[in-house]
Amino acid sequence: MRLPRAPFALAGVAALLLSACGGSSSASPGAAKLDIAFLPKAVNNPYFDVAATGGQEAATELKGTFKQVGPSDATGAAQIPFIQTLTQQNVSAIVVSADDANAIAPALKQAMAKGIKVVGYDSSPATDARNVFINQADTKGIGEVQIQMVCDEIPGCAGDIAVLSATSTATNQNAWIDVMKSTLASNPAYSKLKLVKVAYGNDDPQVSTTEAQGLLTAYPNLKGIISPTTVGIAAAAKVLEDTHKAGQVALTGLGTPNQMRAFVKDGTCKEFALWNVKDLGYLAYYTAALLVKGTIKGNSGETFTAGRLGSYTIDASTTVLLGKPFVFKADNIDQLNF
Amino acid sequence: MSALRDRLLARWETLLVLLLFAFLVLGTSLSPYFLSASNFSDMTSNLMEKAIMALPLALIIIAGEIDLSVESMLGLSSALLGFVYLLGWPLWIDIPLVLAVGALGGLFNGLLVTRAGLPSLVVTLGTLALYRGLASVVLGPQSVSRWPDSFTNFGFGTVPGTLLPWPFVIFAVLAVAFMFVLHRTWIGRQIFAIGKNKEAARYAGIQVARVKTLLFVLSGTLSALAGVVLTARLSSARADNGQGFVLDVVTATLLGGVNIFGGEGTIAGVVLAIFVIGVLRNGLTLADVSPDVQSVVVGALLILSVAGPTAVRRIRSAWSTRRFVQSAINR
Amino acid sequence: MVRAVEAPASSNLAGRIGLERTLALIARLRELGILLALAVIVLVVSVQTPVFFTVSNFEQILLSVALIAIVAVGQTTVVLTRNVDLSVGSVVGLVAFVTGDLLKEHVLGVPAAILAGCLLGLGLGVLNGLIITLGRVPAIVATLGTLNIYRGLAFLIAGGKQVSVIDLPKSYLQIASSSVLGVPTLIFSAIVIAAIAAYLLRYSRTGRQLYAIGSNPAAAEVVGIPSQRLVFGAFVLCGLLAGVAGVLWGSRFGTVNAGAASGLELQVIAAVVVGGVNIFGGSGTVVGAVLGAILLGTIQNALTISHLSQFWLQAIDGAVILLAVGTDAAIRSYFQRILTRTGRR
Repeated sequence: MRLPRAPFALAGVAALLLSACGGSSSASPGAAKLDIAFLPKAVNNPYFDVAATGGQEAATELKGTFKQVGPSDATGAAQIPFIQTLTQQNVSAIVVSADDANAIAPALKQAMAKGIKVVGYDSSPATDARNVFINQADTKGIGEVQIQMVCDEIPGCAGDIAVLSATSTATNQNAWIDVMKSTLASNPAYSKLKLVKVAYGNDDPQVSTTEAQGLLTAYPNLKGIISPTTVGIAAAAKVLEDTHKAGQVALTGLGTPNQMRAFVKDGTCKEFALWNVKDLGYLAYYTAALLVKGTIKGNSGETFTAGRLGSYTIDASTTVLLGKPFVFKADNIDQLNF
Repeated sequence: MSALRDRLLARWETLLVLLLFAFLVLGTSLSPYFLSASNFSDMTSNLMEKAIMALPLALIIIAGEIDLSVESMLGLSSALLGFVYLLGWPLWIDIPLVLAVGALGGLFNGLLVTRAGLPSLVVTLGTLALYRGLASVVLGPQSVSRWPDSFTNFGFGTVPGTLLPWPFVIFAVLAVAFMFVLHRTWIGRQIFAIGKNKEAARYAGIQVARVKTLLFVLSGTLSALAGVVLTARLSSARADNGQGFVLDVVTATLLGGVNIFGGEGTIAGVVLAIFVIGVLRNGLTLADVSPDVQSVVVGALLILSVAGPTAVRRIRSAWSTRRFVQSAINR
Repeated sequence: MVRAVEAPASSNLAGRIGLERTLALIARLRELGILLALAVIVLVVSVQTPVFFTVSNFEQILLSVALIAIVAVGQTTVVLTRNVDLSVGSVVGLVAFVTGDLLKEHVLGVPAAILAGCLLGLGLGVLNGLIITLGRVPAIVATLGTLNIYRGLAFLIAGGKQVSVIDLPKSYLQIASSSVLGVPTLIFSAIVIAAIAAYLLRYSRTGRQLYAIGSNPAAAEVVGIPSQRLVFGAFVLCGLLAGVAGVLWGSRFGTVNAGAASGLELQVIAAVVVGGVNIFGGSGTVVGAVLGAILLGTIQNALTISHLSQFWLQAIDGAVILLAVGTDAAIRSYFQRILTRTGRR
């Protein structure tokens, strides 16, 4: 008869949950060990792979360990189990780039409650769910430089432009897009540029390709595309080449030199910006390590030295700025290899 | 043949329990952090939305149909919840409203299947897209992430004094209710009858259309409930919440011993299967195996769970035929 | 009172033409129905937005559905036998990544890599077929399992890395932007594949047997049709065509990661269903499936061009599927009534 087994099954399951049997999980993270994990928006992204090399470099220098885990699709919901796992594994610190600033906040707060340090990088989680945020560059600067580049590339700096973003909830993307909108509105130099659409490629090559294609289809008079994401700009470049529109529609945004080299050399994308992504990872790891060691507490105003990068100060919004965005063009793109 | 299958099936839950313990051992050997109450608490809380959806799905499959739209109804209810909450309506109005919409969505599915006579696989494929699309229309690309503490504590927190996640309490109550209805009441017997032989059931006087429609309504409502729970747990209402869930839900149901052709299955099996998959995934995650790679094991498990008993059955019948022929020859 | 038993002309139709040809007529009508819907959409949107009605835009539409159409041809063959292959998306993704990886690591040249990819698709189809025929696992369960297994394998092989545009040889990338006889290569491939499949299904004995298996499996067995072998073959073909689409995938999208083509199976099944193929097997055509894919792609394009929010797209897709299936059921029951009336004479 089936029914008697059922309560037994359920009881067994409940017993599992209530059991605090065995396990050595309640030890708090030791001050001596440096087990730092990077949790990017998604793992299939070369941008984050480059940042990981910087993290690895810092780990070697500081004699700590480094690992990178993350979801294959860039959603907040997908990041939560990873945060919980890292919390269970008792890492010293989590360095995270948030797909959704608020969705991961409860899990991060739980980690922090256990003594694990949380450092945001690239895209910040909610302010109260992290100790410090490492911003690659001034948000305003990143937004403005992209408008400036697209203005440079479009003859007469006049016409329709569109943005091909990542996911709709990414903190950094939305911040930069807001800056772009206000720059377009306030600066008379850009008065003839009109932002007609923000499309979301979700940092997925296929979706980005389809969205880029959609922009060209829906707005035949489009003069420029700004894609502030390495996945998006590479996809848009390919679409422009395939549809033979490379000369007519300007392309700029944020990309990695290795991915964009061919496109810059053949003129599809005359210039784009980024920063030293490896240094971002390096700085993030260092900051996390110093927090773990107790050298800094994560309060505004504190200064610290991050290895070969020199000294940094935590600003009023508990953010550390890596530096300025760097513009890549045909004449300097061969200098960096990442 | 059927007696043999009954014996096998009655043992199916035992097999699942064995699997469960096997994976518990595996998890323990893979990571020192596995065997702890807080880990199991995390693991359970991640499972509950799928678990809640698997219960009515099991009934639907037993009745000979299928509902693929559950994950989209989850997304639609999450988006709707966020939308009306943004409008300023308090949660005690929002949640029942969302559940009602879920029931309506289920009713739509049910009517298309029973009144229009369309195959449920295709209908729910269509509503899988339709409801997800409506979710996007309702909320767009934004997410609603400011919720009252009581709401998020419910989704993410545990019953005070224990490590049982609140959603688990809901699920447990539902599971017991489903178990009772399916295995102890005449409604449950009707469901089995419909699944085994729809025409015979109709001739026996069972209101096939009404029962099936009711099951779809139930599925829609509980998917909406799962949407509320997920929104609370993530503290985030989004149109794409729950995307990709349907595979795990269907896998858990089938692994739980529910026959895809209908007429067979137990709630206990489904509950066990959910935890088998959950424990397996949790153990592998703690060993830093990525979820996508974990799917290889889950997929293989699903196939073996169906191929296994069939193979055993065929070997047994081949053996008994052989023995029979041998004894006939030896006479 | 004796009355000449002369049923009205319409209900005589089936009797006069014959059952098989009636069904063929229904199929043709169904395809005409899709063409009609297409014509209506094109007309309405072109009036509003003239940009829609250009060669380059139609080319865009066909390009966007070419790969789906190729997979849909294979899926149709499977669905005709009353089965379904849910693993096609994972097959496309796995093949796309492996092909791209082989090219990236310079293990094989372009032609060899393409062949390897197709063979991989074939092999995955064989595995599906074996599980279903030998293992006696229902197709929906088996391919749900292999969907997970193949996708997991892709991630295992990828190890978090992706194949970028710069990693791929120019000659490979140019497949997507090149043309054959003035028609873009991707579209040309889809047309050739669909044409061959349509011809074989319609005019060959194997094709007729596939239809028979789907419409009445028991009768097919009785008549002596080698059902198991044919179903196995259908899954092998489906895997092979998914492999072809996978090989072309990297050329079209440039960047390939292990998650490529996730969710493709639902798009393909939607195209097949909208195209008039009965999910319970036995009726439907490859041409219909391809038209179904084109219809869905046209709707997507029309929405994009009309600046309708992209968020309506999925809702409309779902509505189209429901509408298509509902219409099919209505037509089928109408014809069934006619045929039964004839039989009752």
